[in-house]
Amino acid sequence: MSDVKNFLYLNRRAPYGTVYAWESLEVVLIGAAFEQDVSLAFVDDGVYQIMKGQDTSGLGIKNFSPTYSALGDYDVQKIYVEKESLDARGLTVEDLLDLKYEDEDDDWAEKDSIKVVSAEELAKLMDESDVVLSF
Amino acid sequence: MPILHTVNKSPFERNSLDSAISHALKGSSVMLYEDGVYGAMKGTASADKISGAMKDVSFYVLGPDLKARGIDESKLIDGIKVVDYSDFVQLTVDNDKVSAWT
Repeated sequence: MSDVKNFLYLNRRAPYGTVYAWESLEVVLIGAAFEQDVSLAFVDDGVYQIMKGQDTSGLGIKNFSPTYSALGDYDVQKIYVEKESLDARGLTVEDLLDLKYEDEDDDWAEKDSIKVVSAEELAKLMDESDVVLSF
Repeated sequence: MPILHTVNKSPFERNSLDSAISHALKGSSVMLYEDGVYGAMKGTASADKISGAMKDVSFYVLGPDLKARGIDESKLIDGIKVVDYSDFVQLTVDNDKVSAWT
């Protein structure tokens, strides 16, 4: 179908302190349900959204981080994390959730969804997208 | 007359932590909570500011907010004390005033 567009969701906020991260995730799932071509990018404080080991039991609010692991099942396979943002926060890809998808073109082999990219590479991805939605 | 300075914003998103530290006199305290807890992590671009202020100012971070964000205590700047909600309340009592840097 020609009306499938490339959507890039740009996530720049930490989770829990504001509602942006959760709202973004909801819109991503809606976009994927409409079979659009969805990519996610985590930049600036957005990289904190996908840190592993989140436990909100002491706050009495929902821990939505397990939902990111379900993105692969919604055919969301392209998750970009900006290297400069990780570096500034003393983080590496080891601190992040282990997000996977199954590649239907490769006998459903399980593959990593997360790709660490530079700011320059991310700028190109934004340029190549039909729509950029920022949260 | 010690003041408890509270910071609930990420140091990468706002300058609340910088301002709190700049205005904290010797003997006062800084309490990091909500998104402010990201400032307590070592190895970040802003960690040196806390380390530099630590000889004069006490730093505290709220444990439940660390856990929610997946921050293990091993990742904290040395010398920051992890506290719970009742400790937070006690700090507001023990200090003469609270200044909230939001």
